Amino acid sequence: MSKIFVVLQKGDESRGIVEAIVDDNTAAELEEHPALYRVTAPGRMVIRRASIEDHLGRPFDLHELQLYLVSLSGHVDESDEEFVLSWNA
Amino acid sequence: MAVRALGDYEFPPRDALGNFKGRQLLYVFWEKHLLFSRPMALALDPALRFSDVLAQHVVPAYRRHPDFPRIDWSQVRWIRSGAPWTPDPDKSLADNGLRHKDLIRMVTPGLDGLDGLGG
Amino acid sequence: MDMKAGKKLGTRERYALMTRDLEWRTTYQPMDKVFPCMSYEGIKIHDWNDWEDPFRLTMDVYWKYQAEKEKKLYAIIDAFNQNNGHLGVTDARYINTLKLFIQSIPPLEQMAARGFTNVSRQMAGGGARIACLLQAVDEIRHFQTQIHSISNYNKYYNGLHGFVGQQSRLWYLSERKSFFDDAITAGPFEFMVAIGFAFEYVLTNLVFVPYVSGAAYNGDMAAMAFGFSAQSDEARHMTLGLECIKFMLEQDPDNVPIVQRWIDKWTWRGARVLGGIGMMMDYMLPKRIMSFKEAWEIYFEENGGALFNDLARYGIRPPKCYAQTVAEKEHISHQAWLGFYQKSQAMSAHAWLPTPEEMDWLSSKYPNTFDKYYRPRFELFREMARSGEPFDNHTLSMNCQVCQATIHYTEPDDPTTLCLRETDHQGEKYHFCSDHCREIFEYEPEKYVQAWIPTHQALQGNCFEPGVDPSAPDFDAKAALFDYWGIRDGRDNGDFEGSEDQRNFSAWRKLATQN
Repeated sequence: MSKIFVVLQKGDESRGIVEAIVDDNTAAELEEHPALYRVTAPGRMVIRRASIEDHLGRPFDLHELQLYLVSLSGHVDESDEEFVLSWNA
Repeated sequence: MAVRALGDYEFPPRDALGNFKGRQLLYVFWEKHLLFSRPMALALDPALRFSDVLAQHVVPAYRRHPDFPRIDWSQVRWIRSGAPWTPDPDKSLADNGLRHKDLIRMVTPGLDGLDGLGG
Repeated sequence: MDMKAGKKLGTRERYALMTRDLEWRTTYQPMDKVFPCMSYEGIKIHDWNDWEDPFRLTMDVYWKYQAEKEKKLYAIIDAFNQNNGHLGVTDARYINTLKLFIQSIPPLEQMAARGFTNVSRQMAGGGARIACLLQAVDEIRHFQTQIHSISNYNKYYNGLHGFVGQQSRLWYLSERKSFFDDAITAGPFEFMVAIGFAFEYVLTNLVFVPYVSGAAYNGDMAAMAFGFSAQSDEARHMTLGLECIKFMLEQDPDNVPIVQRWIDKWTWRGARVLGGIGMMMDYMLPKRIMSFKEAWEIYFEENGGALFNDLARYGIRPPKCYAQTVAEKEHISHQAWLGFYQKSQAMSAHAWLPTPEEMDWLSSKYPNTFDKYYRPRFELFREMARSGEPFDNHTLSMNCQVCQATIHYTEPDDPTTLCLRETDHQGEKYHFCSDHCREIFEYEPEKYVQAWIPTHQALQGNCFEPGVDPSAPDFDAKAALFDYWGIRDGRDNGDFEGSEDQRNFSAWRKLATQN
C-alpha cells in the first residue's frame, strides 16, 4: 500500500497533534527530524479534531493545522471533524 | 506552428548568426575530461584558422589537466554532430565547413581523464 | 417573537455558500468570451461543479491564520536580528546557501504570484479561481518574507545585495528563470500542471525540506522560520495541484494524453532545477541533513511512486524521465558542485573544496560513485589550490536551449561521457543537455528559439549597462560585465578561503565571546 505522510513543525502544539494522529491510526509511525515531525501510515490517515482537543486540553479547529503543516502526501478530504489523507492505490 | 496559442506565435531565433557582429559561435569540449565540467562557448571570426583556435582557446583552457602534456596531437580525432570530422589546421573555420553553433568534441585516444574515468 | 436558529453549517456548506455558489453563467457575453483561454490547449471541461475544493478556506479563516503566521514569523525575525543570530550559524560557508536562495527563489515566487493571479482570472470554475487567488497571495507573502528574513544577513555579508536584477542576467540562474518563463507563458491548464502539480506537489519537498531542515541544523533561525511559515501554505498548494490534475483527468479521457505530456515535460524541467538543491545539500551545508540521493529516494521515488500508483487508474504513467533521474541521483550533486567551484570567480557567492572529513561523508553516502569519479577531481583541485594556483575556468559555459542549465551532466548510463544532444530547426542548430530537453524543444520549437541564453547574450555584446561603449579606448570588458551582473570583484565572488565573509565572521564571533 502506498505511504501517506504528514510533516509538521516541532512545537508544543504540534506534539499534541502528532500524539493524536498516532493514537488514531494503528499503523502510523512517527519520525523525528531537525525541527520536524513526520508521521507516516499505509494508505490512509485520519486526523480527528476531538482527539487533538483531548491531547491539547483546549478547543481546536482543524483549520489550525495550517499553522503547523509543512508537507503532506495523499488526497485530502476535510470536514469539521476529520482531516483524512488517502491514496486510492 | 506546433505551439498552441491564441494568436500568431512566430519569433525570430535570438541566436541567429547575424546577431553576433560578424562572428560565429563554436562550442568545444574535450571528451572524457569532465574536470572542465562544460563545453566552452566561443564567438569567432569565420576567417580564423583552425590552428589559431587551438592555440588561442583550446590549449589555454585545457593545459592544466595532467593528461594534457601527454597528448599526441597527431592522433587527436574530432567529432562533429555525432560523426568523425577532420579539420585542416591551416584552413579557416569557414573553409573547414564549420557552421554557426557547431559543437566539436576533441578525442585523445588512450587519454580518458583522471584514472581513465572521464574526469 | 420566537426565532428558531437553523442548524450550524458545516465547513463544506459554509464554504460553498460564500464562494462558488455565488457565481453564475454569464448571459450578456458568452462564457467562452469571458473565459477565452479554456479550450485552446485542447483540455475539455464538461462540468466545473465536479471540482472539489481543497482546503475550503473562506477569507476570514484565511486572514486569521495567515495573520498568526506573520506575527510569529516577524517576532522570530526581530529576535534573530536583535540577538546577532547570524553569528549562530555553524560556519560562514553556510551563508552562501542563502545567497543562492535569494538569487533563485524570491524572483520565482514573484513570478508564481503573477502566474496564479492570471490563472485566478482565467479559470471558468469559481472554486478553482478562489484557490488560485489565495495561492497568488501566498506567493507574494513568500517572496516578501524570504527577503525580510534574509535581509539581516545582507548587512554583514557579501553577495546578497544584487538579487533583484540578477536572475535575468546571471549565467548560473537561467535555469530557474527559464522554468518560470516557460510556465507563465503556457496556458492556464499547463501552468497548473507545471507549477501547481509538478513543482508544488512532486518537487517542492525537495526544495523546502532540505532548505528548512538545513537551516535548522545549521543554526539559521531566520531561514528556518520563514521556511516553515511558507511551507504551511505549501500544503494547500500541493492539495490544489493534485485536485487540478484529478479534475482534468476525470473530466474527459481526451485530457489524459495532454496531461501526460505536461507531466513528462514539467517533472523533467523541475528535476533539472533541483540539481542546484542537490549541490546545496551535499556540499554547502556545514552540518548536513541527509544526502541528495536519500532525499530523492524519499521524496521523489517513494512519494512520487505513491502518487503515480494512485493516478494509474486514469491511465497516467510515471514521467518518462523517472529512470534517468534515478540513475542520476548519485552523480548530479557532485557534477554541479565541481562546475560551481571552478567558476566561483563569476558568481555572486563563494565556493570551496570539501574537507577530508566532508569527503569521507560523501564516500559513505555515495559508495558507488564518489570515490571512483569525483574524489580524484577534488583532490586534484586541492593540489592546485595548495600550489598557489587554484583551478579557475575562465571560459564561457554552454547552456541547454530548453532548460538553460549549463551543460554539465553525463549520459544516464555512462558517467564518463558528457550528455549532449542537438537538432536543426529552420536552418538553425540548437543544443540540449538531454533527450528530454530535446523532445520538449521539438514539440514546440517556437517557444524556445527566442530564449535569452546568458552566454550567447554576452557574446552578442548585450551584457553591459546602458550607456556603456564597448568601442571606447578605456573599455574594460570584465569590469563592465561584472557591473552588469552586480558582482563586486574580490568581495562577492571567489573562494570562501580568504574571503571578507570568512574574515569578518571569525572576527565578529571572537568579539561576541570576549571583551
